[in-house]
Amino acid sequence: MSLYEIVEKTCLAPRVYQWFVQAPAIADKHRPGQFVIIQTTENSERIPLTIVESRKEQGLIRIIFQKVGKSTSDMAALQPGDSLFAVAGPLGTPTHLDMFGSVVCIGGGIGAAPLLPIARGLKERGNQITGILGARSKELLILEPEMRELSKKLYITTDDGSAGEKGFVTDVLKQIIESGQHIDQVVTIGPPVMMKMTAETTRAHAISTVASLNTIMVDGTGMCGGCRIHVNDETKFVCVDGPEFDAHQVDWDEMLKRQNIYRDHECRLFRNQTDETL
Amino acid sequence: MKNKERLLIDPVKMPEQEPETRIHNQKEVPLGFSLDQAKREALRCLQCKNPKCVEDCPVNIDIPRFIGQIAEGDITAAVRTVKEKNVFPSICGRVCPQEEQCQSRCTVGKIHKDVDKSVGIGRLERFVADWDRAHYTENTVRVETKTGKKAAVVGSGPAGLTVAGDLAKKGHSVTVYEALHKPGGVLIYGIPEFRLPKAIVQQEVENLEKLGVQFRYNAIIGNTFTLQELRDEYDTVFIGTGAGLPRFLNVPGENLLGVYSANEYLTRANLMRAYDFPNSDTPILRDERVVIVGGGNVAMDAARTARRLGAEHSMIVYRRSLDELPARKEEVHHAKEEGIEFHLLRNPVEIFGDEQGWVTGIQVIKMQLGEPDESGRRRPIPIPDSEYKIDCGIVIVAIGNRPNPLLLKETPELQVRDKGTLQITPETGETSIPGVFSGGDIVQGAATVILAMGDGRKAAEAMHRYMTGEQE
Ligand SMILES: Cc1cc2nc3c(=O)[nH]c(=O)nc-3n(C[C@H](O)[C@H](O)[C@H](O)COP(=O)(O)OP(=O)(O)OC[C@H]3O[C@@H](n4cnc5c(N)ncnc54)[C@H](O)[C@@H]3O)c2cc1C
Ligand SMILES: Cc1cc2nc3c(=O)[nH]c(=O)nc-3n(C[C@H](O)[C@H](O)[C@H](O)COP(=O)(O)OP(=O)(O)OC[C@H]3O[C@@H](n4cnc5c(N)ncnc54)[C@H](O)[C@@H]3O)c2cc1C
Ligand code: FES
Repeated sequence: MSLYEIVEKTCLAPRVYQWFVQAPAIADKHRPGQFVIIQTTENSERIPLTIVESRKEQGLIRIIFQKVGKSTSDMAALQPGDSLFAVAGPLGTPTHLDMFGSVVCIGGGIGAAPLLPIARGLKERGNQITGILGARSKELLILEPEMRELSKKLYITTDDGSAGEKGFVTDVLKQIIESGQHIDQVVTIGPPVMMKMTAETTRAHAISTVASLNTIMVDGTGMCGGCRIHVNDETKFVCVDGPEFDAHQVDWDEMLKRQNIYRDHECRLFRNQTDETL
Repeated sequence: MKNKERLLIDPVKMPEQEPETRIHNQKEVPLGFSLDQAKREALRCLQCKNPKCVEDCPVNIDIPRFIGQIAEGDITAAVRTVKEKNVFPSICGRVCPQEEQCQSRCTVGKIHKDVDKSVGIGRLERFVADWDRAHYTENTVRVETKTGKKAAVVGSGPAGLTVAGDLAKKGHSVTVYEALHKPGGVLIYGIPEFRLPKAIVQQEVENLEKLGVQFRYNAIIGNTFTLQELRDEYDTVFIGTGAGLPRFLNVPGENLLGVYSANEYLTRANLMRAYDFPNSDTPILRDERVVIVGGGNVAMDAARTARRLGAEHSMIVYRRSLDELPARKEEVHHAKEEGIEFHLLRNPVEIFGDEQGWVTGIQVIKMQLGEPDESGRRRPIPIPDSEYKIDCGIVIVAIGNRPNPLLLKETPELQVRDKGTLQITPETGETSIPGVFSGGDIVQGAATVILAMGDGRKAAEAMHRYMTGEQE
């Protein structure tokens, strides 16, 4: 089997794919919270993706990704047997896994993927897990069975009410807090707006909250500084200092803006508009 | 030919792409000498008995000899002479700061009282190297019998590549581990195509592969493999991880949209080929007005890249004057020809943005030069109340790099000095861990290609002795 070969591909939800990729050295070293940088071809972008799970004996890593733009679309077009041009890792500081007690793990959309290994690690340390998974609608929910297995209780929210409760993950979080259930730690991963809302919700109750940031990256090794963000008024590099940070200290508005730097830019160029419109 | 006649020959200018043409392409700017041009330039050399130029070459190439061989038309011999001391002349001939090294001591330049009239040693070195690449038919490098010893090299910049080549020639089996997906270090991700074509670096790597050197990409030592694992598997290890940690200004507005570190800007443009977007997938912001903060080679590269990416105004903001610009003279000259604007004696104090967070301009303060500081250069002092705004849409921070701490973070037993550089024994390059050697920017701080190669040379010798037990 060749290095970086995709040995298995599954479609988990519309636009969401799961891969098992041959990467023995990375599988061997991986700890929860870490990610890889993937390039499908030599001319592809370097795309950061969380390692959801590693199977050391088989030398495989599990990746779950959502098709959002050009690079992830190219990834989605690959089939089992195809090999990736590059997979580098494991990158990032592993999650600080400790015995906190009662932990609420919140995953929004594709955020369930990076959340899973952290929730599993926390459970293995003896924490009691309460899970909240949110999605826009029922078919976009992923990893529900696995999260259910790990959680003492799992809540589901959807924007349209097609599964679980209608509403946002933060609505459930508020209910849990108001019900008086004791919470030692919250982990939140999903769209930046969701993580920001979670942080605002827990801040009022002084509940320690960790978020995993998905800034735009290039090298992923601390060389370019492109992933930088303000945390507690200090500049941090998400790829090496993170990706997890104290959610109450992240400058969320900056994070939201920086994540979209290339959105308009790429679209414009893809539509082949003339230079004046740039 | 008499020396008097030699001194009458004008320096031969190397043909270059016209500025108006080259700002629209990525192709190399100087086009190289023809054989006739090289011979003519070589005739200017006085063949000094006591050549000062050799003293100031960090690897002591026998400069008069190779130039004499060019003058005689025996280029094969010249190649051999250069390669005795310099493994990658095609790279050094392009990027070495020659006017500060060999050419600064050239007798011809001294007689004309003008360093620009020195013999074009760098250009001749480049000619020799290009000739070698064009006429390269077989691997003439002798590889000694296999020693059965194994060495690992961490990082494929000039330091690591030099070590790999030297050790392979001595019969050791060498594996290079590189964090990125391509070899070359700064040569491939930092220095632009128009100054050092990627194909040249690629060819040097292929030559090493022919010597049996193995390359493993996407291998981050400290993460993918630990240093301990390499020590267990190999007889010696070389660390050449470079200075890849960008410094920022620490002024307000530094995380606004459109503020890049030079590392990110150049990596997107070069390694990821963003200049070819959307044929390559990595985007890069383009703007009519770009400000680059800094005055070194990195700043010049960023400014000239911005120009090629469509900036009408590509502006260098530097806190000292033209005399103190640390960049190579030739690159400053090229930059000026390409219309790069120099805002000297200016220091940024803040970056401004609009409501969406996009950069709109940079606030600078005027500076004046005071007494010399520790570096011997006159210290820039802000002039009170002299701030004003330069409008721009992109700011590129090119004020230097520090050693990348990734490997060190995972290897606390490696001793470092205060600035994060590795502690080594100067004579051998050995680190605080026996059998682990180091050199290049991770030891020197951000330095030069030739110094990194010199370090590699020295370390390779020491590693060879370490592995074979041979004495000097
Ligand atoms: C540490 C880390 C772990 C991640 N883990 C996962 C994961 O497990 N599964 C998953 O689906 N995604 C994950 N991401 C996000 C993933 O990298 C982006 O979705 C991907 O880069 C988008 O690439 P694209 O070219 O297809 O989209 P583009 O066309 O580049 O952009 C589409 C949209 O995504 C934004 N975007 C571009 N690059 C990134 C980026 N690196 N991160 C976030 N947004 C980006 C753009 O601004 C734009 O709005 C992770 C990101 C980080 C930093
Ligand atoms: C834009 C720019 C322009 C320059 N212009 C000139 C010039 O004109 N002339 C000149 O002489 N010098 C110039 N320099 C400086 C010169 O490039 C450096 O001094 C030289 O490249 C240092 O070589 P090195 O081998 O020590 O490190 P680098 O070239 O930095 O290479 C280090 C390599 O190690 C890899 N690496 C890092 N960490 C790890 C790890 N943990 N595991 C595996 N691999 C790792 C990196 O990815 C990189 O490929 C320039 C520098 C820059 C940035
Ligand atoms: S991605 Fe380049 S420094 Fe983090």
